[in-house]
Amino acid sequence: MISFDRVGKRYAEGHDALREVSVEINRDELVFITGHSGAGKTTLLRMIMLMERPTRGQVTVDGQNLAAVSARGIPRHRRNIGVVFQNHRLLLDRTVFDNVALPLVIAGYDHREVGRRVRAALDKVGLLDRERALPVTLSGGEQQRVGIARAVVGKPKILLADEPTGNLDPALSAEIMQLFEEFNQVGVTVLIASHDLALISRLRHRIITLREGRLVSGSAQ
Amino acid sequence: MIGRAAAAGKREGASQSRTGWLDQYKAWLTHHRLSAADSMLRVMDNPLSSAMTWLVIGIALALPTGLNVALDNVSQLSASWDSPAQISLFLHDGISDQRARDLQEELSGRPDIAQAVFVSREDALEEFRALSGFAQVLDSLDSNPLPHLLLVSPADRAGQSGVVALRAELEESPDVAQAVLDMEWLQRLNSLMGLGRRLVWAVAGLLVVGVLLILGNTIRLAIESRREEIVIVKLVGGSNAFVRRPFLYTGLWYGVGGGLFAALLVSASLWYLRQPVSELALLYQSEFQLRGLGIMGGLNLIILGGLLGLAGAWLAVSRHLADIQPR
Repeated sequence: MISFDRVGKRYAEGHDALREVSVEINRDELVFITGHSGAGKTTLLRMIMLMERPTRGQVTVDGQNLAAVSARGIPRHRRNIGVVFQNHRLLLDRTVFDNVALPLVIAGYDHREVGRRVRAALDKVGLLDRERALPVTLSGGEQQRVGIARAVVGKPKILLADEPTGNLDPALSAEIMQLFEEFNQVGVTVLIASHDLALISRLRHRIITLREGRLVSGSAQ
Repeated sequence: MIGRAAAAGKREGASQSRTGWLDQYKAWLTHHRLSAADSMLRVMDNPLSSAMTWLVIGIALALPTGLNVALDNVSQLSASWDSPAQISLFLHDGISDQRARDLQEELSGRPDIAQAVFVSREDALEEFRALSGFAQVLDSLDSNPLPHLLLVSPADRAGQSGVVALRAELEESPDVAQAVLDMEWLQRLNSLMGLGRRLVWAVAGLLVVGVLLILGNTIRLAIESRREEIVIVKLVGGSNAFVRRPFLYTGLWYGVGGGLFAALLVSASLWYLRQPVSELALLYQSEFQLRGLGIMGGLNLIILGGLLGLAGAWLAVSRHLADIQPR
């Protein structure tokens, strides 16, 4: 589903974020990416959603070589990928409903379909009764679940999460991880960057470890 | 971006999946509607600052429009003094009535002359006596000092140079003592108005550029204040067109509002001037009425404002939106 072939990323100032990373992630897999901050976890995710392009090597997502995706094609590419951010990145002046509806509105869904899908997604993350609330009135865990609902509402094949439990206590973190596992079970390829080794090593999924931009373990299943 | 107006109609539960271009088209249309409504709400949310923007644009548009309306009125006024020119032929003293009438007929028959009117020296004296108030002075004269007069109106198509040539030609005639081109001042007025029009266009051009810059700056500020939102929309797959749309509508609403303000300003000033202008016209025994912008003029102004708004927004959006990329 996602393949990195000898991918390198060197920034203009000469710093190497990724070096010679080769890894295959299969359809239906749930994979954790771990490593210290600055090890390249985020860069890896950003390349998948074309927030960055590699300086060497090749990234393929769902059979599509990303080097062939032009700037105009980026929005379409991103619509097929759900993303959960550490700092949630919600629209603070919009209701929970409107936040979750955003990807569907962008994709041009009929408003009845939008309503149906948004409620299904909110139900899934347990926030159906908060659809009229503004994000600031929610707790951190709830905000993260709104972010997850927004990521999955378009039924993407791939779900990316960058430190989704970064600011949450262990119990909430476990709940969030369980949500990701449930999406994985219905066929979504899930890629989670996390440095919470204690949590992810309990979950028995493949763990990719990066150190200073190099892949040190977990390159194959 | 998703509008707050999106809340409307959300409660319906029936499912309908989308397929094909028709649904894509509907979705596109829907997003236009939502963007338009959302931008309108945002403009209305800040009534004071929006009104300021409207007023600035309104004044900038009203100035050239008002001057143009004024020029229209002046040209309407000057058109009523039958133009374009008239040549007065003063005949030599010794010319008989019959000779003058023959000359009148000959001139009337010419293709480059629309009309030739004969005013005999007796008629002229009567008229002068009646109008000038010098009746007693005239009575004391032994003889009529006035010559026969032919009033020649050139054909319309003659043009200014044609009229001048005609005057020169008629003056050559042995019967004619003097040929005077009247209404030269009217031609001067017409050229002055031509100059005025050009000045109005120049001022209008400058002010249009000003309006574009004002709108561009307003939209740039709107973009800045929604930077985070733009980043998020781009992250979840919003295209540039999708991000651009609400800002274009914001520009449209500012422009349309500005055009409306301009129309109101011009109408109000004309209303303010109507009474004194009528009084002035009455003093000159004229039926002249100040002519306003008219409904079409007002509509045109609003449409022009809208177009300028769109253009200004486009200017700002194309410059600033591409810079905002998710980091």
